[in-house]
Parts: sequence; structure tokens; C-alpha cells
Amino acid sequence: MSELAYETEIEIRNPEGLHMRPAMQFVDVANAFNSDISVSNQDTTVDAKSIMQMTMLAATCGTKLKIRAQGTDAQKAVEALQGLVERDFSATPPVSSVSQKKSD
Amino acid sequence: MKMSDIICSDAIVFPLTSTDRNAVIEELILSLHKKKKLGKADPAVLIKAMTKRESEASTGIGKGVAVPHVKHADISKLVAVVGCSTTGIDFSSLDKQPVYTVFLLISPVSNPDKHLQAMETIFKNLQKDDFRRFLRQAQSVKDIVEAIKDADADLSE
Repeated sequence: MSELAYETEIEIRNPEGLHMRPAMQFVDVANAFNSDISVSNQDTTVDAKSIMQMTMLAATCGTKLKIRAQGTDAQKAVEALQGLVERDFSATPPVSSVSQKKSD
Repeated sequence: MKMSDIICSDAIVFPLTSTDRNAVIEELILSLHKKKKLGKADPAVLIKAMTKRESEASTGIGKGVAVPHVKHADISKLVAVVGCSTTGIDFSSLDKQPVYTVFLLISPVSNPDKHLQAMETIFKNLQKDDFRRFLRQAQSVKDIVEAIKDADADLSE
């Protein structure tokens, strides 16, 4: 079967950035696919299936990340991860309703 | 950012006397409090907030390491501390293995970017097998401080 590579660019939009919990959701979604998946910012490329590596990205709000998948389900994987980010990880259980001051 | 910039070396705990997750969180936060690193924040409030955060999703990310953390409005300066256990802690880790090294981080609510940078610094180092092994083999607070210093120097080369 085809081993197509597929990639897209996303922007982290939640004010707190890609902190540990959204990163864990991201890793969970990535692990549901067979493809090899990587995520890159400007200077680092990490394995999307490893929470330790994903946390190393320090993707703050506004950071653009490239998601790249290679394998039989590459396109589906990229779309699922893109969807998660575009929903601002809203599949999360509500965690806190504390209002947060926006920092500059 | 270097680990030594954020970790209060005089609050490092070795060996941790607690063996369960909540007690370890308490032990480390009280150590920070004892060294007056928490400003006006009430340690009991921070302990409660952090154990709540931890019960929502474990920060025991595998390989014998946990990184409990919380952002709290009563904290004005980001602060971190390390504790090492010789017997292992049940941290409900992702890999279900006991935890020997705990990096605890408390950040102000107002600066999420700095929180992420601190996490990045900690994780870049924890990613290294050598660093994890040195911490695991540490026999004193001094060993831990040295492992942190060496790892900082290593990354900035």
C-alpha cells in the first residue's frame, strides 16, 4: 500500500499554549494512528507520540507548528490532529472556569 | 533558561520520605515554604490545588519521572524544586511504574509563556538518559545539585 507523507501547518491559539494536558491529548490522538508522526517548530522536530518530546516544544500561544505524518493513515492522522488544535483542544473535560488575565 | 535559574537548590529534598503522590507533593511544597520561596502564598492552598490538578491527569510521564505543576494566582514568581526517592513513589504514572525523581513547578497565572519555557527546559533535560540516571543514583542533595549544574552546562554548550 502507499506510504504517503502528509503535512500541514497549525497555529496554537489557546492562551496558555500547548501545555501538558493539551499535549497529552495530542499524544493520545497521535497514538491512535499507525503512521509515524512528527511535529516541528522552527528549531526542533519531535515525535508526536511521546509526551516527553511534545512538552519540549514549548509551543506558546501563536506558535506555528508543522505536523507531518508518514504511513498508510497519514492523511487521517494529520486531519485528526489539526482538528484537535483548531478546536482549541475543546474535547477536554472542563477543568477550570477561573478567569485568567491575559499576559502580554 | 537554565534549570538552576528556576530550581531552589536549598529546598531540594533527598531522600523523599513519602511514598505516595499526594504526600510527596506536600513534602516538596512544604520544603519550598520552609525556605520562604512561596512569597505570601499559603502552602496548604497550593498543595490542594496541585493534588487536584494531579488527580485530573497524572504528570507521571514515564521513565521514573513525574512533573507535578500548577499555575496559581497567589504566586508571583515561578519556582521549582526537585525531590528524589530511593524507594519509589506510586504516582499513577502513564507507564504504571514507580517514580523516583519529582520535578515540582509552581507558576504565576499571569505568565503562561514562562511556564511553558520552564517545562521545556525541564523536559529537554529529562529526555537525556544520563541526566535521569544521575538523579536516580544521587546519594545526597549535593549530587542532585551537581547533576543539574552539569546538565545545564551540557545543554548550553
